[in-house]
Amino acid sequence: MSSKSYQAGVQQYRNTYWEPDYTPKETDFLACFKITTKNPVCYEEAAATVAAESSTGTWTHVWTDLFIDLERYKARAYHIKDIPGYENIFYAYIAYPIDLFEEGSIVNVFTSLLGSVFNLNILRALRLEDIRFPISYVMTCGGPPNGMLVERDKLNKYGRSLLGSPIKPKLGLSAKNYGRAVYECLRGGLDFTKDDESVHSQAIIRWRDRFEFVMEAVKKAEAETGERKGHLLNVTAATPEEMYKRAEFAKELGAPIIMHDYIIGGICANTGLANWCRENGMLLHIQRTMHAVIDRHPFHGVHSRVLSKILRLSGGDHLHTGTVVERLESERNSTLGCIDILRESYVKENPDHGIMFDQDWGLTPGIFPVASGGIHVWHMPALVSIFGDDAVFLFGGATLGHPWGNAAGAAANRIALEACTDARNQGINLEEQSKDILRDAAQHSPELKIAMKTWHEFE
Amino acid sequence: MNAMQDYHSGLNDPNSRKFEIFSYLPEMSDEHIELQIKYIINKGWVPAIEHTEPNNVDGHYWYFWKLPMFGESKVDNILAEAKTCHRIHPTDHIRLVGYDNKKQSVGTTMVIYRGPINKF
Repeated sequence: MSSKSYQAGVQQYRNTYWEPDYTPKETDFLACFKITTKNPVCYEEAAATVAAESSTGTWTHVWTDLFIDLERYKARAYHIKDIPGYENIFYAYIAYPIDLFEEGSIVNVFTSLLGSVFNLNILRALRLEDIRFPISYVMTCGGPPNGMLVERDKLNKYGRSLLGSPIKPKLGLSAKNYGRAVYECLRGGLDFTKDDESVHSQAIIRWRDRFEFVMEAVKKAEAETGERKGHLLNVTAATPEEMYKRAEFAKELGAPIIMHDYIIGGICANTGLANWCRENGMLLHIQRTMHAVIDRHPFHGVHSRVLSKILRLSGGDHLHTGTVVERLESERNSTLGCIDILRESYVKENPDHGIMFDQDWGLTPGIFPVASGGIHVWHMPALVSIFGDDAVFLFGGATLGHPWGNAAGAAANRIALEACTDARNQGINLEEQSKDILRDAAQHSPELKIAMKTWHEFE
Repeated sequence: MNAMQDYHSGLNDPNSRKFEIFSYLPEMSDEHIELQIKYIINKGWVPAIEHTEPNNVDGHYWYFWKLPMFGESKVDNILAEAKTCHRIHPTDHIRLVGYDNKKQSVGTTMVIYRGPINKF
């Protein structure tokens, strides 16, 4: 005989979804939310409400609850933590049983965790700070098409970070002139050039023309320098069908790498494209347009470390992070946390860097963090010191804005990178000796010397 | 001052051919090479010497000089092998490699003796 009878009506969520004595299972998903309550509602009830609404609950009892084993399927708020200095704002830790999510579907994880909870009346704001994905679930996701080690082997680049530049102005150049800008950057010593995320297939620069001119530029620069190079061809498009068409053509032309915008394009499209890349031996660079809409507000939305985690599961070989240089300490630490999340095979809980849980990545390859935006030669020692070798640095303005043009700008950046890497290998402290390292390198390079002079106000 | 300069590269100019890391810096002195060898040893990587003709620089597989030096941690011994390889193949590029057996990858690799480019 069943132990419960059906009683219609509204009950406090905490009776069912708040379990402070619960010990999370290894297979549970763990989430840490930062909750801002609207009224002086009790923290336990607010946390239980989030647990309920992101798993099995709805606002009132329904008789079909009695058809299921709620103990198996419900999420549980199991811990709350005050945030010193704030009232009505706290961390809630919630455990979700693995049964709630379709295997290999980050899309499904987000439809549960980012659903109507973000709309709850009793909350003023809600931010998803971190998720612990159980290793048993990680293993159901395809993950990166290649990963850092395979990319290094394919491109024959070892012992240093990779260098690139976006092409500017981002819109307005014809496909042929765009290819010229690519060629100049690559022959000067960059590993990559890239499409801006807003370059799709506008009338001024249709994708097929752009791909053809750009690949001629890549191949000529490779023949001249004897080094492997690539241009990140943006295949983000209006429909998945169009996206795959562009990806196929990039492959036909012998392009080593394509790029996709995983938030705008969507996690569904991204996971599909990552699978295609794995099957077709293509590297995949990932843009994150719209991320700041979601991750910038400190009390609402989704933290970038969660967006980083889901990209590593959905699939991509590069993902943009912050640059770390010239930032507030809190932002710097949080960016360092994201870099670990992308690269390491096991990430320990580290609250200083905003990492709330241990995360085991199993055999999921690590991927390259991409630092981009406002960086130039004077930043190189700090970048090499902070990121180490496993990163992609995009020097846009600092390549294209060089007084002697893109090729000289590319050479200046490449020489600065090699000089800093060489000094690091020799045991020299990069941050302390940064100016001497660059000045010594500039003795052999007029290109670097003039670059240092051009951006000297940032010295 | 600071008049615009041409950055030259060309298909028929052997000076344009690079060989990845440190190929944009001046050629290394022996003291400099020793520091790079120390870096590889301190990282726990397996040192190795490889070489190739300058016009085959872009291939993945260069010629092994003997086998990678598993368990070798003396800078002098490694430098001596590199010098011997350089003496026997004076027109080849000679590179120092640090194989990373934990990551199943190459930790670093750099050309330490450059073959004459006019042989190109």
